[in-house]
Amino acid sequence: MFRNLNEGQLRAKTKELRTKILKMLCEAGSGHSGGSLSSIDILTVLYNKVMNHDPKNPKYPGRDRFVLSKGHVCPALYVVLADCGYFDESHLMTLRKYGSILQGHPYMHKTPGLDVSSGSLGQGLSVAVGMALGARMDKGNQRVYCLMGDGEQQEGQIWEAAMAAGHYKLDNLCGIVDQNRLQIDGFVKDVMNIEPLADKWTAFNWNVIRCDGHDMSSIENAFAQAAAFKGKPSVIIADTVKGKGVSFMENKCNWHGVAPNKEQLETAMCELECD
Amino acid sequence: MEIVELKVNLASPERVPSRDGYGHGLVDAGKMDENVVALGADITASVRVDWFQKEFPERFFSVGIAEQDQMCIAAGLALMGKVPFVTNYGVFLAGRAWDQIRTTVCYSNLNVKLGGAHGGISVGADGATHQALEEIALMRCLPNMKVIVPADAIEARKATVAIAKTYGPAYVRFGREKVPVVTDEATPFEIGKAYCCKDGTDVAIVACGAMVYEALVAAEKLAKSGISAMVINNHTVKPIDKDTLIEAAKKTKAVVTAEEHQLMGGMGSAVLEVLAQNYPVPARMVGVEDRFGESGDPDTLMKAFGLTSDHIVEVAKEVLKMKMAR
Ligand SMILES: Cc1ncc(C[n+]2csc(CCOP(=O)(O)OP(=O)(O)O)c2C)c(N)n1
Ligand SMILES: [Mg+2]
Repeated sequence: MFRNLNEGQLRAKTKELRTKILKMLCEAGSGHSGGSLSSIDILTVLYNKVMNHDPKNPKYPGRDRFVLSKGHVCPALYVVLADCGYFDESHLMTLRKYGSILQGHPYMHKTPGLDVSSGSLGQGLSVAVGMALGARMDKGNQRVYCLMGDGEQQEGQIWEAAMAAGHYKLDNLCGIVDQNRLQIDGFVKDVMNIEPLADKWTAFNWNVIRCDGHDMSSIENAFAQAAAFKGKPSVIIADTVKGKGVSFMENKCNWHGVAPNKEQLETAMCELECD
Repeated sequence: MEIVELKVNLASPERVPSRDGYGHGLVDAGKMDENVVALGADITASVRVDWFQKEFPERFFSVGIAEQDQMCIAAGLALMGKVPFVTNYGVFLAGRAWDQIRTTVCYSNLNVKLGGAHGGISVGADGATHQALEEIALMRCLPNMKVIVPADAIEARKATVAIAKTYGPAYVRFGREKVPVVTDEATPFEIGKAYCCKDGTDVAIVACGAMVYEALVAAEKLAKSGISAMVINNHTVKPIDKDTLIEAAKKTKAVVTAEEHQLMGGMGSAVLEVLAQNYPVPARMVGVEDRFGESGDPDTLMKAFGLTSDHIVEVAKEVLKMKMAR
């Protein structure tokens, strides 16, 4: 565990991080608001209460690994990494700008604390499988986490990786699906239905766990169940709301890849502050 | 220019598939470095990775028929300090998993090694679907990637060990069929270092892969017509050896390139990119001329597609006419 925050403290932290995400997106003038807000609670719990990692020694081999397979929501990961102390908060306002350590999609050689680059959907789970196999070969006790989108479940490679992880019984691997029910063109069920999703993962020999992706103790509990389960990889299907926390962004697919302007930022700040 | 005389009996050379060289090289690499691991995708014996699997069963991972997954699992293993070798037919390796190679492997400069099997038209009877003729172009344009096309099985073995020793993504191409062995154990091999294997003054034939043998035979035939041809083994397509190429062009003032690949984007293109910008000389290319392969026995196909010493001779004579006309 990185920080032993209680539920109230965690909730306060995610509120603060939501405001930072919106500010940095507004300053950048572009980027992915909806999916960043749906995954920030999961990432906050993961980096504070679940993963074994050390910002003072970001590359130590014994650390747990995180793969942001849905790389477009990197603003959420960047604020969490900055909050943990991997780099100075001042960098947040350079997101997507020339020369920034915070690229539009994650680039491991620029951002301290990033374990892998991503941005092309569907590849991260395979990378996580390779990491989990590598850890097992070395008899290490690192755990590997991989956050995916629900639209991303449409990529064929996800299921290649799911099959491989099941085959190798990688119980040091934990996938998370940010099930916000939206992608770019609309609702996942209309663009290309992925249901029954839990049955699919079960059929690929995974242990399936469900949680409320905005409830701190539900998320924490899901990660604890995953860590305790032996003999199979675990996947957490987290029920979330795209754009969570900002009423005019919630459940709107047109907020997928759009940043708030100054006015919208102010409205959002008021909402988050009053909440 | 360094001249490395090759002691090959051109009339009746020993013939070995270059995939065997890759297979042995992979075992050598495994013995040399315990971090070397290999991934198989249901064609393990055909690409000679079964030898590694037998020697190091705990360092071999079967991934099934899943090239994209294979590539990214390798990336994950590389991130944990392993030196993974991904072997597959060149068409599927470079084609099916190109985005994975580009964005996950090359962008982050991960230490993943690619073995591209069934390179060229000489794959034969399987036909166009399995004959890799575009993969050099696909790999060469990627930042951080190295691309090597060994001349024979011995060089393939050395190249495989060399990429294991050198950090970063690298692609080594090898073939299915028996091809003449032109190098020997003592022949030097260094990534990025082309060498002249026959000196000459009238025209330089720059070749890679099995076309090095054809180029040597062509040089012998040209000699009978009083033409002195230099032959360069340009095994490393990237990083390309500019100095040797420019020196060869300066000496002969006429160049022919020869490869078992599409003319567009392959080794010949890479050579002419260097020469056009540094020392332009009349040049012609031998390779596959913007068409797909087809089924047939390898020798028939090589003839039908103009990948022979006779065709190199013809093209060399044309380039000499261009040189004279200047
Ligand atoms: C291979 C690939 N295809 C397309 C895209 C463009 N793209 C970026 S985000 C996205 C939708 C993702 O939806 P989902 O996985 O549900 O993510 P979330 O809702 O959490 O943002 C698409 C199609 C991409 N980044 N990668
Ligand atoms: Mg979604």
